Amino acid sequence: MAGIPNTVIKTFNGLKKDPLGMAGFVLVSLLLLATVFAAWLAPYDPFDVNVLDRLSSPSAAHWLGTDQLGRDILSRVLFGGQVALKVSLVAISVSMAIGFVLGMLAGFGPRWLDRILVVSFDTVRSFPTIMFALAIIALTGPSLNTVIGVIIITSIPVYARVVRTQTQALRERDFILAERAMGASTLRILRDHILPNIAAPMLILASMDVPAVVGMEAGLSFLGLGVSPPTPSWGSILNDGYSYLRNSPWPLIAAGLPLVAVTLGFTFFGESLRDIFDPKLRGKAE
Amino acid sequence: MNTPVLQIRDLSVSYRTERGLLQALRHVSFSVPEGKIIGIVGESGCGKSTLISSIMRLFAPNAQVDNGSIVFKGRDLLGLSPDDMRSLRGDEISMVFQDPMTSLNPVLNIGRQMADVQNRSGSSRVDKRARSLMMLERVGIPDPVSQLSRYPHQLSGGMRQRVAIAMALMTEPSLLIADEPTTALDATLEVQIIHRLQELQRDFGCSILFVSHHLGVIAELCDEVIVMYAGEVCECGPTREVFFEPRHPYTQKLLECDPARIQRRTRQLPVIGGSLPNLVDLPPGCIFRQRCEQAMTRCATNRPVLSADVHRAACHLQDAGS
Repeated sequence: MAGIPNTVIKTFNGLKKDPLGMAGFVLVSLLLLATVFAAWLAPYDPFDVNVLDRLSSPSAAHWLGTDQLGRDILSRVLFGGQVALKVSLVAISVSMAIGFVLGMLAGFGPRWLDRILVVSFDTVRSFPTIMFALAIIALTGPSLNTVIGVIIITSIPVYARVVRTQTQALRERDFILAERAMGASTLRILRDHILPNIAAPMLILASMDVPAVVGMEAGLSFLGLGVSPPTPSWGSILNDGYSYLRNSPWPLIAAGLPLVAVTLGFTFFGESLRDIFDPKLRGKAE
Repeated sequence: MNTPVLQIRDLSVSYRTERGLLQALRHVSFSVPEGKIIGIVGESGCGKSTLISSIMRLFAPNAQVDNGSIVFKGRDLLGLSPDDMRSLRGDEISMVFQDPMTSLNPVLNIGRQMADVQNRSGSSRVDKRARSLMMLERVGIPDPVSQLSRYPHQLSGGMRQRVAIAMALMTEPSLLIADEPTTALDATLEVQIIHRLQELQRDFGCSILFVSHHLGVIAELCDEVIVMYAGEVCECGPTREVFFEPRHPYTQKLLECDPARIQRRTRQLPVIGGSLPNLVDLPPGCIFRQRCEQAMTRCATNRPVLSADVHRAACHLQDAGS
């Protein structure tokens, strides 16, 4: 691909002109830093129970208050971010990698293979995601790995379909024919010529997909189908707080805000990236 | 010098379409001698592209070879395994495409693409780079070092076509197929590219199969010319003879229609009346009969074959005249 410094400079110049994108970038960076360094930033152990100090409001000692077991919410939210980050990183990279392979196979391979793959993509996507997740979890029992697995399975078709369409658009282009005429093998064409051409839009898609995955994990954990207690997750913090809403709104606020921040941050950042790298789409979205 | 690099015999290719079998090429025979430039000329839809894709074996999925052989250096290309064919492509047979705007990968820089072409050479990165630089210099690109890090969109059309030619000749192929390489360029560039091609052909000693519908370019560049009409070779011979003494009525008409030849001021450019026959449901006899002003009764029933001369034409007038 392009020289990385060049791409970075281009991204930053683009972000400078787009305040919303810059805001997204800052939010995303802050969230990433906060979760990566959660162990250092968190003032307390997220599992430390202090029943005497339960459901307290924000104070100097507990910036975001405590939950029903007196655990420090700020620490739990920071560590919950790690769960969200891990799920989205693993799920998105794995499903994108598989999506790339299947999408390019469908887009470049023989027609029968394309048909089979498209039908299977559509089959997977035709299940309502939550119902699909519930069914799988009912079979296997709740765990974070199951959540990651479910997200991977349901996300593969999303990526694969985009890769397939892009590949189909590219395969008829002259330079691919030229590569064939130069004796390039199919693998070489896919790896060295198709892949770099569709990498940028896919990365943008991935960036926009983070909020969906984080929301999915939070949703499943809220239903008690994701992480098992006492592991903190934004979803499980929400669930804990939800039961004690009459006593204290702070757990809900503390776990809800980062969800909003992730959604806004990654969406703004992704849209800005798209505008920077694909100027043709600009204006259409507005 | 006279052993042909490429010899096509009685090649027939058709496409399966909804309306039936479209016979895109019928009984095409010709040869490309070593170290010569052979031009193929004909209007759109005459089978030029099908012919090229047959030689490269890059067929459309609905194409089928009905008959014939394509012998390249003693090997029938149509009988080769896909892997053997692939190793010939870009090594022994190279190709330059019509539109340099689209024939280079937009997201890879020139250096990367040129190194990519040499992937089978097994040479080091430094050697590949040196060779790329040498080739860029030979096709007349100024400041080749800085061009290597550029992307196709940063180059002009002429430069890109030069890069494409450099890439095609990189492996010193025996046969270069040029598919209307100057059609997308303006007239001044066209002349430059043509002269450069001529020079390179002399230096590398390769044969060139040059496809164009531009008669002037063919006349300038080619040693021999093949005139195609509706999937058949209707006339072939040394360029000079074909251009000065065209024997087939279609060639005569085609030359009359060349705007460069028109002497008088005119409001209407000459045209050949009628249109191409339906290739799915071929009429018997001569394929050009319906548009030919000199058609005779036998033209409706007997298909004319190429005469056995150096300068050959597939027309019944040949027999009548001699």
